[in-house]
Amino acid sequence: MKKSILFFAAFTAFVSLNVNAQDQYFTKTAKINFDASPAEPIEVIDAVNNEGTSLLNVKTGDIGFMLLVKSFRFERALMEEHFNENYMESTKFPKGDFSGKIDNLSAVNFTKDGTYKVKVSGKLTIHGITQPTTADGVITVKNGKISASSSFSIKLADYKIDRPKVVANKINETVKITVAANYELKKK
Amino acid sequence: MKQSLITLIYITFFHLIGVAQPDDLTKMMEEEMGASNEPDYASATFKTTRLVNGHTNEQVAPGVLDFRIGHRFGAFNTGIYNFFGLDQASMRMAFEYGINDWLMIGAGRSTYQKTYDGFVKAKIIRQQKGKRNIPISINYLGAMAVKTLKFSNPENTNFYTSNFFYTHQLIIARKFSESFSFQVLPTLVHRNLVEKITDEHDIYSIGVGGRMKLSKRTCVNVEYFYQINKPRDVINSLAIAFDIETGGHVFQLAFTNAAAMIEHAFITQTTGRWDKGDIIGGFNLSRVFTLKDPRKKGTKNEDAPSK
Repeated sequence: MKKSILFFAAFTAFVSLNVNAQDQYFTKTAKINFDASPAEPIEVIDAVNNEGTSLLNVKTGDIGFMLLVKSFRFERALMEEHFNENYMESTKFPKGDFSGKIDNLSAVNFTKDGTYKVKVSGKLTIHGITQPTTADGVITVKNGKISASSSFSIKLADYKIDRPKVVANKINETVKITVAANYELKKK
Repeated sequence: MKQSLITLIYITFFHLIGVAQPDDLTKMMEEEMGASNEPDYASATFKTTRLVNGHTNEQVAPGVLDFRIGHRFGAFNTGIYNFFGLDQASMRMAFEYGINDWLMIGAGRSTYQKTYDGFVKAKIIRQQKGKRNIPISINYLGAMAVKTLKFSNPENTNFYTSNFFYTHQLIIARKFSESFSFQVLPTLVHRNLVEKITDEHDIYSIGVGGRMKLSKRTCVNVEYFYQINKPRDVINSLAIAFDIETGGHVFQLAFTNAAAMIEHAFITQTTGRWDKGDIIGGFNLSRVFTLKDPRKKGTKNEDAPSK
């Protein structure tokens, strides 16, 4: 008896966690770009990651991004090595992620073509440090396809990413991040 | 009964707040990402392609040119007259290039016996995690050197090929942790011409080397080559270096008993003894130039970020 109640409780909880699939959109090719070049660049420091995973729930407004830090591609191989080894410590902290919500979900009509300005707030985790973040973004609906993009800036110090004095004039303390995702309906 | 009731309430409560929690979003994304099919290669086992004199398992990245200058002063025990070795200098200058993901080539010229050298280095096995778990990496190094010093007996019949040296080496390396890496290097050096008839043409040796990081950008390296059939009057080479990395440069401060910086010479021709003060100071400098942007070709990226 005791057991069956427990099972039932666990079962309902489990089922309810599996959010209605019709509302879920996803992509595994979200593009995340960052630029840490200083105002007067000696070398341009930018990288792109085309293998970001993103989920969007059109009903609840939940939106999330996740990526492997090692999948950022730089122009210079040595820069990529230093990025992983010295700055991001990507063996220790392999992933970066954002999970949050669209604050003004009512402003978006996912069934009608158009461009909608949104505000997103949530938690951004980089280098093992989680910080509350807000960003302005745009959701575009075109022929039933949903895509999202956003651009925001972070401060390296907020995420305890070490920027030694010798490179202080080569790397910008404020890093500009842009994300872009084209979603597909999640089947399952 | 009471206990399961509490559990029930707890789970129901969790279920009520659970749906909207971003933590679940994180979990779902993790599920979505799944186990990556991409192998997770151990990177930056060593800071650069050389530990001190010998090679490491590191290779220059594809499309990258590495300009290297190795500089060795004289022995410390030459005293104040030679300013503890600083009056003497010997160098190797080289261009080394990464052809692709697994192959690199290099060519250099050393002051030591006016030697030209060329080599290929290839990755055979890469240390990785993920789909396959491989604890070590193995590289092959094949090197050839030509001594162009004038023959000591010009009246004899001398063959140009007498000045050729060949090295075959396996580099078995493992990155144990972020700060500690170790490697073993079984090596064969073939000398076309030897001094005495009793001397062997093939010298077998085993090198060992390791590095320990002192900080994110500095580390200490130690390297020792043990010769199995060591020629007489030759000493095994032992070297210590400090790597200092500054952006596009790697600077290595070296202390060694070997005067040369190429395989056949520092392994089989070293005569200096550490205990007698035949310590040679010097440095290696590496500067890399990216000749090809890896993002422009051969990647899945449909477009590079617009600049």
